[in-house]
Amino acid sequence: MIRLEKRPQPSRAWSLATPLVAVLATMLFGGVLFAVLGKDPVEAIRTIFWEPLFGEFAFYYRPQLLVKGAPLVLIAIGLSLGFRAGIWNIGAEGQYIIGALTGAGVGLAFYPMEAFYIFPLMVLAGALGGWAWAMIPAILKTRFGTNEILVSLMLVYVAEQLLASMSLGLLKNPEGFGFPGSRNLQQYDSAHNAELIAGTGMHWGVVAALIAVIFAYVLLNRHMLGFQIRLTGEAPRAAKFAGVNPPRLILFCLGISGALAGLAGLFEVAGPAGQVSIDFNVGYGFTAIIVAFLGRLHPVGILLAGGLMALTYIGGDIAQGNLGLPAAAIQVFQGMLLFFLLALDLLTNYRIAIGKPEAA
Amino acid sequence: MKLTKLLTGAAMALALATGAMADTTKVGFVYVGPVGDGGWTYEHDQGRLAVEEAFGDKVETVYVESVAEGPDSERVMTQMALEGADLIFTTSFGYMDPTINVAKKFPNVKFEHATGYKRADNVSTYSARFYEGRAVQGHIAGKLTKSNTIGYIASYPIPEVIRGINSAYVHAKKVNPDVEFKIIWAYTWFDPAKEADAAKALIEQGADVILQHTDSTAPQAAAQAAGNVYTFGQASDMAEYGPMPRVSSIIDNWAPYYIARTQAVIDGTWTSVDTWDGIPTGMVKIGEITDAVPADVKAEALAMVEAMRAGEYHPFTGPLKKQDGSDWLADGETADDGTLAGMNFYVEGLEGTIPQ
Repeated sequence: MIRLEKRPQPSRAWSLATPLVAVLATMLFGGVLFAVLGKDPVEAIRTIFWEPLFGEFAFYYRPQLLVKGAPLVLIAIGLSLGFRAGIWNIGAEGQYIIGALTGAGVGLAFYPMEAFYIFPLMVLAGALGGWAWAMIPAILKTRFGTNEILVSLMLVYVAEQLLASMSLGLLKNPEGFGFPGSRNLQQYDSAHNAELIAGTGMHWGVVAALIAVIFAYVLLNRHMLGFQIRLTGEAPRAAKFAGVNPPRLILFCLGISGALAGLAGLFEVAGPAGQVSIDFNVGYGFTAIIVAFLGRLHPVGILLAGGLMALTYIGGDIAQGNLGLPAAAIQVFQGMLLFFLLALDLLTNYRIAIGKPEAA
Repeated sequence: MKLTKLLTGAAMALALATGAMADTTKVGFVYVGPVGDGGWTYEHDQGRLAVEEAFGDKVETVYVESVAEGPDSERVMTQMALEGADLIFTTSFGYMDPTINVAKKFPNVKFEHATGYKRADNVSTYSARFYEGRAVQGHIAGKLTKSNTIGYIASYPIPEVIRGINSAYVHAKKVNPDVEFKIIWAYTWFDPAKEADAAKALIEQGADVILQHTDSTAPQAAAQAAGNVYTFGQASDMAEYGPMPRVSSIIDNWAPYYIARTQAVIDGTWTSVDTWDGIPTGMVKIGEITDAVPADVKAEALAMVEAMRAGEYHPFTGPLKKQDGSDWLADGETADDGTLAGMNFYVEGLEGTIPQ
């Protein structure tokens, strides 16, 4: 008989191996899915994972990986700090929207003036917007003990309504013939988050994501606050004795993840997206939760996981165009990744034992 | 900055030139929703299939569905152009700026953007005069309602939607002076749950005819459950809800346009144009009017369709006033396209304000 046996210590080997095994299992079962749909599974998997990196048009797709991956990594880094301490910000999508609105709003307020300080002010406004939106669940939790999961999630829908209202009202392009959407910031040099080197996909958001990775790594490994975050997550009682101030930790973790999500929104709206529009948000805030867990809540892991998710998005679209795979199949494929990861995670804390249980 | 941009553009054009030497014509379609949405994207995909059928081996079509507006759409369009597409249809308003961006990089690829207003040498725009179909709906709705209350599920307060409300109201009022419109703004194009809620709310407020400018069939289902409520199919025929509650529909029929534009690319006669077609060319079709509509009303509705087809009738013909009582169109005057394209006011008699 087969049963699960709790490990005395979480297995370090499995903790590192599960993401890789999950990716392999996803490829295997994804291949079966594609075969059932009547497509060549090897060709499909090759298109998703190989084509964007080394295919004929990789010169275009590689920079796109940075464009797609940067907001994911930036948001996931912020979320991972809270997740480690057991503080669950599920509303990064809303903070991302608000950051884009406040940041773009500052830029549009200056239009058509050209000045070097406009973009830095927008960056500041974007971070502040995201931070403020995250402070709502944070303060409600510290003051009234509300559940931050529910409050932050519900605020996503509020943010979406605000986004629609702004696209149709305050921030609407006055030269847009009554259509929704703001002016295009790509056509406003002082506010444009342009590629730093043309054709590389490198924009300020990518730089910010890399800085966030380093910052989070140092914080977690070399700083008292990082120690408190890890301790709170792993042993809340011990954390109390070690002098952790829970309300302050909540304010910090939600605040930093909100600010980073807001930054991601600002860099996106001022760069690749260009304008505030009703459908501006495409789910980065939610996908970043997957990225955070896929990266084991570790800064370097998140960097790799963000790249992997970006790869499946871009490769998935190529597979749709070239092989005629339906979008739903690609979404199932991405869903499998998280599913296998969570399922295999079991092996970190448990081992499969075959045979009779030892004397209980 | 300018020079480097130019260089990347040149590199892409070069990459393209080597890839596009095949003798079949490749046509790409970028969709905002899934092809199975039963509404907007479904009808565009029907147009794509019609292109395949019309040209057989001479044309290859590709599509990517559920493409988010913004950078994702820009990437998908670039991907299609790199892979050798000769003609790309981008079928959502939000693809406007991305289409213009990509078109700049690929001067030899033709682009067609639906419902936008920005054009270039290699970018055309096309849209349909759905308000012609709304006139027919308004007429039928005004005749059918017993409570004199017509519910309207609106999506976003943009000219396209406001034109539809005005057109439907003008024609309902013409046949039923006591008619009243209740409008709910759903702030979505496709969200079955929200649309169902809106339909239920309207029915509770006494509406016995519901018009929708959202794409799902949820309002049809809500009306069916309530009984004795009439609806119209939107974007697609939604015939599965006939003969009641769905009594007719507005169908977007893109096939003739897609076939004509593909032919133009094959012949080398493609030029950038701004197309706004309606019932006369068949871009807007009225779905079958069911027997739930009295025969005389059906005959009147069909006569109106025929008059529009022949170019004898314009849905916005004066005398018409704006909501604030100011004059809009004098007796016999018809609305010009400029005003219609940017319509941001209600006609006289409608209650409430357009949300800003």
